[in-house]
Order: sequence, then structure tokens, then C-alpha cells
Amino acid sequence: MMRGESLPRAAAAFLDFARMLRRHAFAIAPEQVTSFMQAAALLGPRSMNDIREAALATLAPPPDRRVEFEAHFRAYFYGDAKPPIDGEKDDETRIKDDRGTRQEESQTIRNEKGGELSSALEQLSSRDFPHDADGLSSFHRRLASALPARRSFRTARTRSRGTLDLRRSLSEIVSADGDIPAPLLRRRQIVPRKLLLLIDVSGSMKLHTADYLKLAHTTVQGADRAEVFTFGTRLTRITPVLRIRDRDQALARAAALVDDWDGGTRMGQTLLAFLSVPRFSAFARGACIVILSDALERGDHSDLETAMRRLSARAFRLSLATPLAGDPRFRPATAALRAILPVLDDLVDGSSLKSLSDFILSLARPAPAAEAIWKRVS
Amino acid sequence: MTRADAIEVAASPEAVATRLAASRYLADDGLATAIFLAIRLGKPLLLEGAPGVGKTEAAKAVAELLGRELVRLQCYEGIDAAHALYEWNYQRQLLAIRHAGEHEIDIYDDRFLIARPLLQVLRAPDQRVLLVDEIDRSDHEFEALLLEFLSDFQISIPERGTIRAATQPIVILTSNRTRELAEALRRRCVYHWIGYPDAAREAEIIMLRSGHVAEATARAVANAVQQIRARPLAKPPGIAEAVEWANAATILEKGGSPWPEAFRRAIGVLIKDEEDMSAIAPELGRIVEEALA
Repeated sequence: MMRGESLPRAAAAFLDFARMLRRHAFAIAPEQVTSFMQAAALLGPRSMNDIREAALATLAPPPDRRVEFEAHFRAYFYGDAKPPIDGEKDDETRIKDDRGTRQEESQTIRNEKGGELSSALEQLSSRDFPHDADGLSSFHRRLASALPARRSFRTARTRSRGTLDLRRSLSEIVSADGDIPAPLLRRRQIVPRKLLLLIDVSGSMKLHTADYLKLAHTTVQGADRAEVFTFGTRLTRITPVLRIRDRDQALARAAALVDDWDGGTRMGQTLLAFLSVPRFSAFARGACIVILSDALERGDHSDLETAMRRLSARAFRLSLATPLAGDPRFRPATAALRAILPVLDDLVDGSSLKSLSDFILSLARPAPAAEAIWKRVS
Repeated sequence: MTRADAIEVAASPEAVATRLAASRYLADDGLATAIFLAIRLGKPLLLEGAPGVGKTEAAKAVAELLGRELVRLQCYEGIDAAHALYEWNYQRQLLAIRHAGEHEIDIYDDRFLIARPLLQVLRAPDQRVLLVDEIDRSDHEFEALLLEFLSDFQISIPERGTIRAATQPIVILTSNRTRELAEALRRRCVYHWIGYPDAAREAEIIMLRSGHVAEATARAVANAVQQIRARPLAKPPGIAEAVEWANAATILEKGGSPWPEAFRRAIGVLIKDEEDMSAIAPELGRIVEEALA
């Protein structure tokens, strides 16, 4: 392919188009632009449609932004007035996934005093005992080992109880000149299951959301694979910000990220929206799902029922923790709760951090289904 | 078929589409263009789409179009280099060492090497097409390994040195998009999103794939399936299911069921989810009536 010092005038349009797309937050690499031009040249181009197809094939817009891409294409090559790109209809639940922000772990400045300043006396008076008022640090310590486990497809070396690791044994034998030393073994690894927290941030949960976010932060810090979403009228993925070690900073960022604090709930729709994103619903597969919500779904609860049934079909264990269950007189009596009770594995008290963290630590232990427990009570 | 021949076969997107139709695969303009570009630019082809839209079939058709053998690498969670690249046949190596006794023996000889799909393709790039199926199921580590393979088309075997492809092999990757693929991988490929076809094209596909289905039946099935896909189902039916449905209904009709009834009774091959079934059941009669009209 000929590529001179200065591009021919016709080629400049292609470069400009790519530049414009980049301005609209499409990730396009230089090599993709090169292939775009090569592709257009290969195709003729005999018509505008050839250029369009070359653009689609080489610039690879994500399928969910395809409509937007086509609008940009028309606007650029046909000079159409840019159609308003809202893409979000009112009846569609908005999904926010914080992938753009890097997880830069901003350093918190520690006011450490120099040695000469910290006399013994001062140390005594300003000693900060590791306070554990909310019990979260012991939760953090125990979480990783308390989660339910599954057998992975990967194998790990082991000294006992395993199958023969032929690959390594053979290289041992070769290096020992044909002698057969003790055989080396390997065994399938045991890995903790994924943990998915779905936190209701609507108005009716106002009293508890602060506690729940603290718990979520500790969970993300302590567990290997945890994901946290908040839902109210929208769905927001807040896992990336919760990875910041410093709790206050992480919670402040999370607070800024979520747009629907203390609003209404559309639990059914938001959960369906969660399931409609393949990446998210794939995460739910085989995971422990804990929903922190009062499940007060106004009006029709058929969406909620569908969503819960689908979640339960994917999950290893589906639990609902509701603050209402803190009251000993609580019974799952609302229509929505009665409808979802059969698919729930647990319906537990979510009124305090203590009960919640105890429950999460007990996820690995088998328990009777929620329906059986609550039938006995009522 | 050598690379020059491949370029000759893929003279234009239309030529590709015609050839594909000859191997019983109907590609729309976008897909034909993507395949054409992948062959001509020498880049891997990444096909994404919902399950059952014919991604794997497209790869088979491309292999047939080029007159090459299809080597399929099915991805799964935990797949690693030993399954994708190569492995030594340790049992045979052990036996050979014992058998050789005092003699010198090269245990890294060709006969002890088990070539896995990627190596198989590297050895004969002119005779094989590589299909990396459902790459979204593999882990990130494997994606990185594949990235390396796709950029240089070479594999290093520590005991043997580097094996390089003589010419650039043709590679097709498919993904169901259950997770986002790495940007680097998308960037390196020619990309195509396969959507569900429109009713007319789907009717053509059903006719082509099933053989003994009447044109009116195919059209009715296509229309009904379009209607069913528009509903919020957990598992919308794919093209393969539509073909099966047309087949099953035709068989039932020949066995004595009248038309709308035959469709209703064969619904089990189209919808394979109990929940979806109960959601669609009350409307099914109306959908079929409308499609037949």
C-alpha cells in the first residue's frame, strides 16, 4: 500500500472521521484507522455503503453503541443534521458502569510525626486503639476463608492426595537421568465463589444505606471476587471505587457516582436491567447473591418475580436481607415478598451490620430454604 | 488452497457471498464484507452475536469456501496452553526412555509432540482454518496468550525453539458477549456483529437448511419467530431452532396434524425454557394464525 509523506485529499476524510469518533469517546487505535483505509481501498469503494461497512468491520464499534456510531457516520459523510442521540428512553433503566475511571489508589496523606516529637508520654495519650466498633475488621479478616468454595478447573501442585503430574514428573526423571524419584502430584484447586451485593439505595432504605456501603467496601477489600451494585430507579456498578483502600475516600467517591440516592425503587426493572447486560449476568452465574433491600415493590410485582427467578436460576445461593426482619413480629406478608419467597434461599435480618456480617460469613454453611423457615414461624 | 488462491476466491464481497451461498450459508452484505476484508487484509475475524445466530456455521462455511480443513478450539473456563498450543506425550516419552536403555534418545522428537489446535494451524496454514469458539468463556490469561499468537503467528516451544507460520493463517473468533473482550483483541481483528436476520432472509435460510420444508411454511415460521423474538424472553430462539421448528412442524403435518396445530405441537423444539414457554403459550395461537395469514 502506498503511503506518501502527505496524504491524498480523499484519505484525509477518513482520518478526520476517526478523530471525530475519538472525540465522542470511541476507542479507536491508529492501526484500526490504517485498516479502515486499506479496507475502503480494497472495496473500491464503489458506494457510500462500502465505506460504511469498512468502518463497521475495522473500527469495531461496540454493539450497544452501534446506533450512535451510524448516526455519527451519517452526520459526517452525508452531512446530515446530527440526530439527537439520547439513546435512553424513559421506560428503560439506566445503567452506569464505572469503567472509565482508573483505579488510582490515591494516597492518603498520613500525618506522621517525626521521632523526636513523639515522646513516650505523647504516645500514651494519643494511642489509637484499633477500634472495631462496627465489627467490620474481624469481618474483613474472616471473609476470604468463610465464603463458599468450588473446585476450579485449574490444578495446583500438592504433596499429597492428588493425581500424577506427568509433565513435571517427567522433567524430574530426565534431570535424574532416568531414575524415578518420588512422583509429583497435582490437584484441582479450591477457589472461593463470587459474591455479588445488590444494595437498595431508595428512600425507604435511607437509614441503612450508609452501613451497607461500609459493609460493601469491606467486602470488596476482603473477598477475592466481589461485585457491588446499587439500585433504586437506576443501576450503578460501584465496585471500582470501592477498591480504594481508604474507606472514607471510597465511600465519598461512591456517593458521587450514584445518582439515585433516596429516590423511589423500581426493583423489578433494575434487576431485569442487571440481567440484560451479559457481563453482569455472567458474573451472577454460580455466585452468592445477597440483595440488601426491603423489597417494598410498589404496584405490580411481576417484573420483580421474573427477575428473582432468573437470578435464582443463575446463582449458587440467592439471599435477601431486609431491615424489616429485625422486628420479631416481621412476616413475609406483602404480595411481592410472598411471590419471591419460593425462589429465595435465605430471607434474613438486615437491620444491623452485625447480623448482616454474621450472615455473610455463614454463607458456606447449608441452611434450610427461606420458605421452609418462614412457614414454620407463621 | 494457498494464499494466492484464497485471494482469488475472495475477489469481492459479492463473490464471497455467492460462494458462501453455494456452501449453504446465506451471509448478509455486512458479513460478506467482513469475511472478504479478513481474507484480504490478513487479519483475524471476530464474530459476535447472540447464541444461535450462526457464528460457528459461518466459520464452517468459510472453511468450505476456501477448501480448507476447519480446526476448532472450543474455549472454556480454565483452558490453558496445554490445551491450545501443544503438549508432550509423557507416557510415550517415559516408555521410550525405558526402552532405549543405554542408547541415546531424543525425547523431544516430533513423535512425542501432541499438536493442539493452534500448533496444527501453524504447521499447515494453507490447509487449515482456525476457529476459536466462544472466546468469552476463557479467562483473561488465555486471551492474552491468544493475543500474542494472533499478532505474530508463532509459538515458542522451549525444547524445540520457535515455530513460525509460513504464511498468515486464517483465524475466526466467535464470542457470545457474556463478557467484554479486551480492547487489544478487538482492535486486532476485523469485527462483525451478527444480528438476527429479517423475516425474508430467515425464510430463505430455513428453506436452504432443511430441504423438505415448503416455501409457505418457511415464511410462516420466519414470521412467527420474529414475533416471538420481540417478546422479553429469557432465551430468544436462534436460527437453528427456527429451522428445527419448521422441520418438526412439517413432519407432524405429514403425520396427519392440520397446520396451526402442527406448529403448536412442535413448539418444544423452538422454545426450550419452561418459563418462556408459559409466557408465550397464551399468545402462541394468535402468533401462528397471524404468521400463516
